[in-house]
Amino acid sequence: MTPPSSPSPPVLVTRGDLPALFNALRAKGYQVLGPTVRDGAIAYETLASPDDLPVGWGDAQDAGTYRLVRRKDASLFGYAVGPQSWKQVVFPPRCRLWQATRKPSGTSFQIEPSDDAPPRYAVIGMRSCELHALAIQGRVFLEGPFRDPVYEARRRDLFIVSVQCGQAGGTCFCVSMKTGPSASSGFDLALTELCEPDRHVFLVEVGTARGGEILQAVPHRPATEQEREGARKLLERTARSMGRVMDTDGLKEALEGAADDPHWEAVAQRCLSCANCTMVCPTCFCSAMEDVTDLAGRQAQRMRAWDSCFTLSFSYLHGGSVRSSVTSRYRQWLTHKLAGWIEQFGTSGCVGCGRCITWCPAAIDLTAEVRALRAGASRQVASSNGGEEAAA
Amino acid sequence: MRPRPFRVIRVSRDARDVATMTLEPFDGHAADAFAPGQFNMLYAFGVGEVPISISGNPHESDRLVHTIRRVGLVTKALCGVQRGEAVGVRGPFGRGWPAPREMEHRDVVVVSGGIGLAPLRPVLYELLANRRQYGRVSLLYGTRTPEDILYRKELERWRGRFDVDVEVTVDRGDAGWRGHVGVVTTLIHRVPFDPATAIAMVCGPAVMMRFAATELIQTGLEAERIYISMERNMHCGIGLCGHCQYGPWFICKDGPVMRYDQIQARLDRREV
Amino acid sequence: MKTIETFLSEHPFFQGLDPAYIDLLAGCAANVRFDAGGHIFREGDESKAFYAIRQGKVAVEIFVPGSGPIVIQTLEAGEVLGWSWLVPPHRKQFDARALEVTVALKFDAACLRTKCEEDPKLGYELLKRFTQILGQRLQATRLQLLDVYNVSR
Repeated sequence: MTPPSSPSPPVLVTRGDLPALFNALRAKGYQVLGPTVRDGAIAYETLASPDDLPVGWGDAQDAGTYRLVRRKDASLFGYAVGPQSWKQVVFPPRCRLWQATRKPSGTSFQIEPSDDAPPRYAVIGMRSCELHALAIQGRVFLEGPFRDPVYEARRRDLFIVSVQCGQAGGTCFCVSMKTGPSASSGFDLALTELCEPDRHVFLVEVGTARGGEILQAVPHRPATEQEREGARKLLERTARSMGRVMDTDGLKEALEGAADDPHWEAVAQRCLSCANCTMVCPTCFCSAMEDVTDLAGRQAQRMRAWDSCFTLSFSYLHGGSVRSSVTSRYRQWLTHKLAGWIEQFGTSGCVGCGRCITWCPAAIDLTAEVRALRAGASRQVASSNGGEEAAA
Repeated sequence: MRPRPFRVIRVSRDARDVATMTLEPFDGHAADAFAPGQFNMLYAFGVGEVPISISGNPHESDRLVHTIRRVGLVTKALCGVQRGEAVGVRGPFGRGWPAPREMEHRDVVVVSGGIGLAPLRPVLYELLANRRQYGRVSLLYGTRTPEDILYRKELERWRGRFDVDVEVTVDRGDAGWRGHVGVVTTLIHRVPFDPATAIAMVCGPAVMMRFAATELIQTGLEAERIYISMERNMHCGIGLCGHCQYGPWFICKDGPVMRYDQIQARLDRREV
Repeated sequence: MKTIETFLSEHPFFQGLDPAYIDLLAGCAANVRFDAGGHIFREGDESKAFYAIRQGKVAVEIFVPGSGPIVIQTLEAGEVLGWSWLVPPHRKQFDARALEVTVALKFDAACLRTKCEEDPKLGYELLKRFTQILGQRLQATRLQLLDVYNVSR
């Protein structure tokens, strides 16, 4: 899978030589982040070496279900995605925007920006869906009339070693959303793990010049055509084994027309409005501003924290919330993610990573809800055309 | 984006729970020019920030005027500031009322309710500054009681002009009130305007705007020439925090002023 | 010189009415004038007339003990004052007072009621117009009730 604009053809790196990649990144001043096993799940942490990766671990995911499972091999990337997404690196769950101090005279105040220079991160193991999510969320923060300086500073120097997926997760549907399972751009380096009985190697694609530079410090040789074919076949197999499917044809119009569908009420009966889905979603970008002050009232700070449209106070206005029912809040989230987003930012907001399905305590599956809403919509069209009611 | 400290150079308590303040920058630089209908995020030190429409004269850009109604913690703090004290300002943000050239040679009908007169006052200043450019100009204003009438002296002054129609009504009169009593929608058929070409601008409580727009449509005014000012919870004011979304629009950058034909269907829907 | 018929046909309330009916109604009508501050009718009065206002401003009031007269609506030129003549027990529900010099067409209720009984088509035409007014008044009153300008909860 040679990217069209690749500076060089793919190479092969052995498992044994992989630590050199980590060392090269650290030598360049990057803090290396990647997946590791923690608290019964695969979470993103600082990694010292490839041994910190979830070696030999896989996962079993379904609606409202997540389990780590032991693999028969020693794969480093033999799982899908965990509860965390990479948005926490560029869009921190909580950060300080600025602080203000009252002037000694007491009347005016002075505002100082938060000068904490963000660390330079290199992330290992970003999958294709996550690369797309990064690009999608990046549009929100960087391509509007106002740019977010926090996001900009953290995204600018982000070094990405992505991973082409060797297996599909139980709730994955990147193929439906055209965001995977393999990526052709957006990364500095992309790894495809080939974990075979007689050897454990990585096909490495170079995506950028600085990716190529880092690669110089890692022992490698050109990949053979057979090895490239092996990687291609692996990705094709992944694409065929997606856990979920979502029909996106005309989905925007279908959802826009489904505002009064009674099905929203049915979902709301199950939805706890716990906001898990928005926390784990890699593209959700809503945030709350919090103003805090010290007891003397002399120093004030503005904090920014993740927020969710599922909370009652999200749409608070004049003594009440505009969206006070769970029905309206679920409708808002799904319609925004799959329809409104397109009008706002030009693409769907969903990358098919399946996290919202896996981590919903009520096991709500948005692919199933979309199917139900589309069925409802076509039933309405059929009856308004005077035709027979379509079979459910 | 960080708030800029502005000094309160004048503050008047208008109606019951309403204050109007005039601000100028502490640092001596000019305030940013604004378009009628835009808003600033006003910051009360340590308490928080709220979006408040700018209600001053757009041609007097060295100072900012804001009319604030006390409805919560932040607005309470803002209504309590004294002369000489500081208020943080970020802005101006948002899409405002139609530009002067869009209103040229047309009749203009301004329909306001309660505090909704504040974001519309800059339009009146604009229209009166170049009065000859426009057709008939009407200002309709409805509020709760005579005590709640905003900018009373100014309204009386405008009412005295021969080239502006000012009609004021209250929901409930008092012993001394000799003016209209009734909802502001009843004033719409009282003022002369050509529905085939006029432009209408409406601002006030959501219910009032909905009914006023319906009444305007009934006069023959097309939905494409009716503008209303929407309101939603705002945190950042610059399209990044997601709170102010209304359908696919961010009220802070695609609004607050929106054209009625674009939102007509959604307005009737609940909890959007 | 303008006649009652002319005034009738000029008043928006009677738009679209058959000219024959205009003449019929004119027979029950008189042109009346109230000074500023003058009472047109009081709550509880027998409803003997309704008024098509041609000029001026009328306050519809209700007297609340302790608060005095509260104006609940003002009516002006082109509008109609009084609908209780149509509905038994034909008693006025509110006070009506002219806020300025007011000129109106006063229609004798008894005379009109008789004519409507004799010619149901006339009755229907009047009823159609009055129902529209009642609908508008109800709508407006409800909006006033909502107290939309008051935010404190």
